[in-house]
Order: sequence, then structure tokens, then C-alpha cells
Amino acid sequence: MFTPGLYHILLISSALFFIGVYGFLTRRNLITMLMSIELILNSVNLNFIAFNKYLWPDKLDGLFFAIFIIAIAAAEAAVAIAIIINLYRSHQSIDVDSAEEMKY
Amino acid sequence: MSGSTIIFYMLAALILVSGLLAVSTRQIFRAAIFLLFALIGVAGLFFWMQYEFIAAVQIVVYVGGITVLIIFSIFLTQQAGEKMPKQKLGRQIFSGLAAFCGFAFTMLQVFQHSFIGTIDQPLEPNVANIGTQMLGVNKSGYALPFEVVSMLLLVSLIGCIVIAINPEQEIVKIENSITITK
Repeated sequence: MFTPGLYHILLISSALFFIGVYGFLTRRNLITMLMSIELILNSVNLNFIAFNKYLWPDKLDGLFFAIFIIAIAAAEAAVAIAIIINLYRSHQSIDVDSAEEMKY
Repeated sequence: MSGSTIIFYMLAALILVSGLLAVSTRQIFRAAIFLLFALIGVAGLFFWMQYEFIAAVQIVVYVGGITVLIIFSIFLTQQAGEKMPKQKLGRQIFSGLAAFCGFAFTMLQVFQHSFIGTIDQPLEPNVANIGTQMLGVNKSGYALPFEVVSMLLLVSLIGCIVIAINPEQEIVKIENSITITK
């Protein structure tokens, strides 16, 4: 029961995922929303590695998915921060509420 | 309890506590530091599962790259020491309830499901096996996604430069070069 296994790691990763979802829903600052997205992506990586280790240790597919997710997350963070800095330059603020003129 | 179990629970506590603090603290710089600790905890869990390569990648890319990028962007866009405004209580309660319901539903599904793994001989996740399969072009090779990701990185690099470049400075530079050539 207390020996850590697949279910324990799934518990941790889903808790981390929903912590990220909570942060994404409550925060209004773009950088902190980006941090929540990083938490969500990390929990997904944890899930992939756990499934690879405990269910299919004869393959490396989960590990490759985790590597590609890390690469895409790095690219996504770089683009998002470029957009945020550009937004700050034109609006002097990085709240999502100050960037709502694209809505209409 | 063995040492490995104790280390697992310590890492779990580190990840969850620093993750919670990262999404709930009102000082943005502290949020970045707590995010750093959560990412280090995830890397430690990868080490605990004996996937050393992915743990090293996690430390290099997330802890060394993305967190530093986030801290730099905080310095560029935020006044130091300024607290973020408090959120509406209704929104906080609604978000917490939504996250908790999602978590409870997921856990219910996970614990009702019994996973059946393979019984084949395990493949060692060392760098030689990873490299051979990642650049392989046979049936289980990952050469095509590798190339696609390298294209994506190039595109996002150029995109970042194009988005973040300051157009006024560019015009001034061009005008300066014109006057120099005159």
C-alpha cells in the first residue's frame, strides 16, 4: 500500500496537473499563466515516464514523447515570452484584461 | 520503510507543496522560484525512476532554460516587490472547485482501472538505446519527428526575433546607416 508504484506517481501527476489548471483559471497575469502551463506539461511528462517504466519497459516510446514535449515546451515558452514583452511594450501591462481589444 | 520509499515521499511533498505555492503566492518572483523547486522535484522523480537521461534533459531545459527565461521576463515587465492584485473570491472558489472535481474524477477512474503491463524483457533506457532509436529510420525509429522538431525550433527562434524586435529602433538604425553612407 505504501510502497510507491504506478498509482502513486499517477496520483502525484494528476494533482500537479490540476494545481496547474487552478493556477491557469485564477491568475490574470500572463507570466504566471505561462508558469501554470509549464506545471501542466511537467505533469504530463511524469505520466509518460511512469507508464513507460511500469507498463512497457521493453519500449522507449513514452520517453520519446517526454523528450518531444520538453522540446516543444521550450519553443512555446520562448514564443510566449516574446509576445508578452511585445504586449508590455505597447500596453505597459501584462494583464489579460488589458489585452482584450482583440476580442471583437 | 526503505530509503527509496522515504525519498519518493519527500520528492512528492516537494513537488506538490512548491507547485501549490507557485500558483497561489501573490509575489510573482516568489512564484518563479517555487516553480523552479517544483521542476527540480520532477527531475528528482525521474532520477528516482532511474531514467537518468530524461532527468538531465529536464534539469538542463526546464531548470536552466525556461525558468531563467521567465525570471528575465519578470525583470523586464514587472516592478520589483510589487504584489499582484487580489483575485475575486468567487473566481478562486469556482476554480478550486473545478480543479478538485476534475482531480477526484480522474482519481476515481484511475483507481477503478487495472493496468496490464507487458512481460517482455525490459530495455535499458540508456543513452545508446535512446540515440539508436531516435535517429532510426526503421519501423520504430523516430527520425521524422526529430527532424520536424528541429524545424519547429528554427521557426520559433526566427518567430521570437521577429516578434520581439523593436520596430522604432530598427527605423532609427536604417536612418543612421543612410546618413553614414551619405
